Amino acid sequence: MTALTRPLRRLLGRGDPAPSAVTAVPSQPTAIDAPAQSEAIAVDIPESDPLLAYLQSAPGPVDIAKLELDSPAVRAMREAGVALVVPLVSQGELIGTLNLGPRLSEQDYSTDDRRLLTTLAAQAAPAIRVAQLVREQANEAAEKERLAQELRVATLIQQQFLPRQLPQLPQWQVAAYYGPARAVGGDFYDFVEMPDGRIGIAVGDVTDKGVPAALVMARTHSILRAEASRSNSPGEILSRANALLVPEMPAKMFVTCLFAVLDPATGHIVLANAGHNLPFVRTGDAVTELRATGMPLGLMEGIRYEETEGDIAPDSNVLLYSDGLIEAHDGAREMFGFDRLRSALAIDDAGSELLDRLLETLNAFTGPDHEQEDDITLVTLRRSAGVADGDATAGSTALTAFSLPGATGNEREAMDRVAAAVADLGLPGDRLERLKTAVSEAAMNAIEYGSQGHADVPFDVDVAVTPTDVVVRVTDRALSGAVPTDAETPDIVRKLAGEQKPRGWGLFLIEHMVDAMDVSTDDEAGTQTVTLRLSREETSHG
Amino acid sequence: MDDRRFGAQVVEVPDEVRVRMRGDLDSRADETLSAAYGDVVSLGSQRLTLDFHDVGYINSTGIALVVRLLADARRDGRGVRAVGLTPHYREIFRITRLSDFMDIVEGDAA
Repeated sequence: MTALTRPLRRLLGRGDPAPSAVTAVPSQPTAIDAPAQSEAIAVDIPESDPLLAYLQSAPGPVDIAKLELDSPAVRAMREAGVALVVPLVSQGELIGTLNLGPRLSEQDYSTDDRRLLTTLAAQAAPAIRVAQLVREQANEAAEKERLAQELRVATLIQQQFLPRQLPQLPQWQVAAYYGPARAVGGDFYDFVEMPDGRIGIAVGDVTDKGVPAALVMARTHSILRAEASRSNSPGEILSRANALLVPEMPAKMFVTCLFAVLDPATGHIVLANAGHNLPFVRTGDAVTELRATGMPLGLMEGIRYEETEGDIAPDSNVLLYSDGLIEAHDGAREMFGFDRLRSALAIDDAGSELLDRLLETLNAFTGPDHEQEDDITLVTLRRSAGVADGDATAGSTALTAFSLPGATGNEREAMDRVAAAVADLGLPGDRLERLKTAVSEAAMNAIEYGSQGHADVPFDVDVAVTPTDVVVRVTDRALSGAVPTDAETPDIVRKLAGEQKPRGWGLFLIEHMVDAMDVSTDDEAGTQTVTLRLSREETSHG
Repeated sequence: MDDRRFGAQVVEVPDEVRVRMRGDLDSRADETLSAAYGDVVSLGSQRLTLDFHDVGYINSTGIALVVRLLADARRDGRGVRAVGLTPHYREIFRITRLSDFMDIVEGDAA
């Protein structure tokens, strides 16, 4: 009888001593379908047993009865009635044994018997080894497929709950990155509109990996969303989420989570923290942490979470992240760590996205062959320069700010929203109509030149009022450069004669509708600013 | 206006053909307005009235469509007038000098 699996497990065959009747069987005793006389007993030979070394170097069949070796396995074999053991060696490796009881004739095995057994073993061993390898590979493949399937499920769950779109906040650039580890952890991030119109930002990390972590992540995500629709307080949201998660949290699992609420118009941020990494804020060369502490979610009932407040100045960056970033290792097993992160953050390079720069720094640190150990989540917010409260115009009050997808038709939406925002200013009806047409035309320029009609490239509109003027600023992403201000002045006579195209009225109309207009463009943004005097008397166009 | 999609109905009345428009007059009105002018041509009248009573919004691309229609009408020797424009859009027709090439009828006059 032979054994086929490793660590070496020997099957002990008894009763059928004829060498020609010896057959190879699978290692599981239950799988053996043999006559009662050939009943097989599984005997494990421990790796440490000297019999293994002996058989490895034995030139042929070994008489167990006569073998002088202090070996528990030898004793077990003798007790089981084994007389002769034939080592099965393939490519110098002992892969099993043929164990035979005494001959039925009660005579010793002859020299011919032994020669025959040696030949048989030499021929059987490679075939058995191949069978062993095939089975091992099949087992490995099945295990791999099972793990891959679990990963697919975990990834699918994870992806279902990541935001499909980033919030479009005027004067803010929001970016997010989620890089799953091979084993898929439980990282998540989310953006929610708060009941008071501010924007809620959640970043979290579930302990554990795979499907269990993904399911807890999904549940936490849903709870946070639901609670954020009922409260504007991040501390209260985390406290309620904790109360809901504690009773249903699987053993040894918990969730770290940071919940921040940002007012995009002022840069004011309020946050609460359930055991998550503290966010960093970079302003100029200074990198500071927004410090708030609290227990992770799901560990203990009745936890209250303190809130921290701060103000994000123009030209500042905020980074929220998971510990997969900090705990990434290089080839020498050194951790990326907080110092490297702070150094990368401190570079005030408005020309590149912070998120891209962090990922480049991280990739340079870990090297190209790095296998990511944990999920990495990054959320970055950048407040544009030069939009401090009060703006460029002294004494101005912000009325509204919004972003719209750069799709044809949204100029009408922009127009209506600006009209609603200035409704309380008491503009004379004809002046309101002029402002609406100017805004609509500016928005159309933004869609045509800034977004090139791509709905996923938004444009921003902000409206402010000064003691004398309404100022509307339409900012686009300048995909095709500046709105052309040097185009030919539209001439109806030439247009009717076919010497000019029928179109080309946009800037002409804006100029004639409002009291002042300005167009400026850099590499990243084009801005059209239209100004309308509040009172008719000061109107310059008529 | 609940439904802002542009629509145009060509109606034959004594001595003229009237194009009754409704909705937003912008670039998306292009095909509909072209087709309407095609109907006007097939009816053969030399007087065309553009009825803006139910048009709540006109932007520069809509103005361009009116310019093109006006150019076609002039080529065909057809006189054009506009009715139902709000004071604001009458102002725009004046600024763009469209009003120099078509009659702008104030009020509800048909």
